[in-house]
Amino acid sequence: MNRTIRMALCAGAASLMLGACASTGATEPDSTPAARETRADDGSVPFASTYERYPGAPTALVGATIYDGTGGEIRGGTVLFADGKVVGIGDASLAIPEGYTRIDGRGKFVTPGIIDIHSHLGDYPTPSVDAHSDGNEATSPTTPEVWAEHSVWPQDPGFSRALANGGVTSLQILPGSANLMGGRSVTLKNVPSRTVQGMKFPGAPYGFKMACGENPKRVYGGRGRMPSTRMGNFAVNRQTWLDAKDYAEGDRDKRDLAKETLAGVLDGDILVHNHCYRADEMALVMDMAKEMGYRVTAFHHAVESYKIGDLLRENDVCSAVWADWYGFKMEAYDGIPENAALIHNQGACVVIHSDSENGIQRLNQEAAKAQAAGRRLGIDIPDHDVIGWITLNAAKAMGIDGMTGSLERGKMADVVLWNGDPLSVYSRPEKVWVDGALLYDALDRKRRPVSDFELGQPGEGDVK
Amino acid sequence: MIRNTLMAAAAAIAFAAPAAAQDFAITNATLATGDGSDPIEGATIVVRNGRVDAAGAGVTVPAGVPTLDGTGSWVTPGLFATVTDLGLWDVGAVSESNDTRAGDSPFSAALDVAPAINPQSQHVKVSRAGGITRAAVATMPSSSIFGGQGAIIDTGDDPDPIVRARAFQVVALGEGGARRAGGSRVSAHALFRNALREARQYGADSRISGTASRPPEQRTGDDMPLDPRLVDNRTERGDDVLLSRFDAAALVPVVTGAQKLYVMVERAADIRAVLALRDEFPNLDLVLVGASEGWLVAHAIAAANVPVIADALDDLPESFEQLGATQSNIGRMVRAGVKVALNASAMEQPRYLPQFAGNLVALTELPGADGLSWGQAFAAISSVPAQISGMGTGAGTLSPGAMGDIVVWDGDPLEVSSTPVKVYIDGIEQPLENHQTRLAERYRDLDESDLPKAYDW
Repeated sequence: MNRTIRMALCAGAASLMLGACASTGATEPDSTPAARETRADDGSVPFASTYERYPGAPTALVGATIYDGTGGEIRGGTVLFADGKVVGIGDASLAIPEGYTRIDGRGKFVTPGIIDIHSHLGDYPTPSVDAHSDGNEATSPTTPEVWAEHSVWPQDPGFSRALANGGVTSLQILPGSANLMGGRSVTLKNVPSRTVQGMKFPGAPYGFKMACGENPKRVYGGRGRMPSTRMGNFAVNRQTWLDAKDYAEGDRDKRDLAKETLAGVLDGDILVHNHCYRADEMALVMDMAKEMGYRVTAFHHAVESYKIGDLLRENDVCSAVWADWYGFKMEAYDGIPENAALIHNQGACVVIHSDSENGIQRLNQEAAKAQAAGRRLGIDIPDHDVIGWITLNAAKAMGIDGMTGSLERGKMADVVLWNGDPLSVYSRPEKVWVDGALLYDALDRKRRPVSDFELGQPGEGDVK
Repeated sequence: MIRNTLMAAAAAIAFAAPAAAQDFAITNATLATGDGSDPIEGATIVVRNGRVDAAGAGVTVPAGVPTLDGTGSWVTPGLFATVTDLGLWDVGAVSESNDTRAGDSPFSAALDVAPAINPQSQHVKVSRAGGITRAAVATMPSSSIFGGQGAIIDTGDDPDPIVRARAFQVVALGEGGARRAGGSRVSAHALFRNALREARQYGADSRISGTASRPPEQRTGDDMPLDPRLVDNRTERGDDVLLSRFDAAALVPVVTGAQKLYVMVERAADIRAVLALRDEFPNLDLVLVGASEGWLVAHAIAAANVPVIADALDDLPESFEQLGATQSNIGRMVRAGVKVALNASAMEQPRYLPQFAGNLVALTELPGADGLSWGQAFAAISSVPAQISGMGTGAGTLSPGAMGDIVVWDGDPLEVSSTPVKVYIDGIEQPLENHQTRLAERYRDLDESDLPKAYDW
């Protein structure tokens, strides 16, 4: 798509913007947003994904309880996948084609691969030493020009824990929240690789990290520069957007890394992920987005979303939340365990996120805690919907739901076989497939990734 | 005998004013006694005069004791959270509300959390609602390798949270200690030895710097004698360099073994170095805190009979002192005979204790991993931390005579979907409301058709 057409589609009034350029809907598996991506002079996409799926046997998971991620639930069901794709899903009557390896799933559970929409793995890897602190370019309140992928250390041992203990098959790596505009995120397949390009999720749109509230004003106000207040936060953001609109509406001939990213947001190609805790502040951010002609895809952390579930529903903005973190900072003081359930109850979109190299290993448990808190308030959300909080809803908000996030025919075979109910504390992933390749098997001690960093160290290859 | 269905109609029970302990019994419940054994189904517990009277299968309820039908619920001792900062802060990043560290303090070992603890803190209330009835509270080393003296508290809704003041001293001897000692473990060990030698000398010598002889020991009503030099100024030390007089005096009970020493340490080699301190200071009553690589030296820890307050689910090389971190750490140490409690400071909030314990049970199903049985896991958040804290079997268990800290759950307490429905401390039923429950009630719906939400309370 050339720039003229893009302008016609997306540079209109805010109301048109929301319709024409909304990007959280289904992305077709073969659609490529690359046509409007940042390009090198020779027209190539810089830092393009080199990921290719690993070989996998045609596999039939038989007899398990299946949560398909869309809200579907089949007891004693069958999931078929081959050549990296889901081939079929159904009850016990589903025929298993010749040549499929049968895996007995009786007493076990199958879900789509778990997706973490908010991770800093690779950007803040372990060991957490200063030399590894690559997640915040905290030298200017707006750094749309930085790309998180340029900080990702593929040898972060955290990726393997997320896979083996958390069943995580896709994740979004975000810049930190020191800046109002932190930079581009990158979506990864949770596949060990020598390079970050080898992990990049093919066809995933970029995200753009923004942050409101205490962090930017503290970081920069503390240095005697703008912003030092919440009103300063908005002023800096709005002026930056106005300048970006000038660029976006021009010929864009001169390359400008920061403006290219902001224009990508205004075009609707890059999805805004906005760190924001307080309800009143989220409401202001949604109005700023309308004023400037972009859309907020998801508020992250969003501990007060429960106060404005109606507004979030009307604006079609997801809330990516913890189950029950609260109190660590003033803007987190009103966090409650019922947050996710109350948002869901208002008909708004819930995603459970981790923001933690530890929490990412237990997103299933966090979802279960949030579900239970709702039940105690009289809000009963079925298990198969709760699984959507850590699969399809995350995929939607990352713009990859056309490719993964649910067990539907033709989608990527990103699959977890759990040894019990994934919403129970007593269950663990038994096998994890990424694009149909078995990358973790609890029953095969060699079928687990060990990063370069861990070779020759105490506990190399341990269950961890 | 008054009978009622606990889950449905507990409010109908005619318990008296909340400030008084009431005799009560619960029947037909699943009972976990906290002593490491498996849960008992269809069991009964009787609480009288604020203490456990009897608990188990086949227990008879004495005539006249109000009885609740516990069908479908679980009954356990209150959880014991160690180590925590409960009552020391309101908002983490609001420094004026946060007493967990004192990096600019002139004191270190002499710091005593007891007078600072606020029993009305929301975190105390939230933890109580999570089933935690007792906790160890400490300030973390900040201005020095020594963090100061921690207290044991209860989380009861009353003005007196302190169960035992100055129950333990905290010292950091790993990377954190090295940083605070000037930049190396070498310096941390030198500082530690210097401090303990000074304290030993101080404790032995009644005449320092030519001042008066030791006055009679004073007691403050709890188990820990208050060192007299903490309450007067009759002794002077003219040659303080690294340790103030007040700090040196505070370390006297550490070096004599009268006060426990919680040592924050992770690396296997550092653990060995800590165990070796007893060669020099034989009376040290050591407790290891953290101990990510404890499994690598589990037999040495067991042989030294040193208990551990361990991080349950750390499995990443967060630092170079945790390269061997694994979730199997606790299982392996317990198998080697080490007494291990779960470290509440190694999780986002103390109320995650049951979840973390449940994760250790899950490990028993994972080939190559080492976990805990259900009973062991529950003990690691109840009786074991109570014992490590010097409470004997008086807390964290349902032994006859134990404190009447009872939690009634709506399901398996280690399961993430379960929650306490009733909490008793010393036999007194506790309120479970807090800022969070009030917010959830207010925003159960978003209806403001009559008045703003501010009137909904």
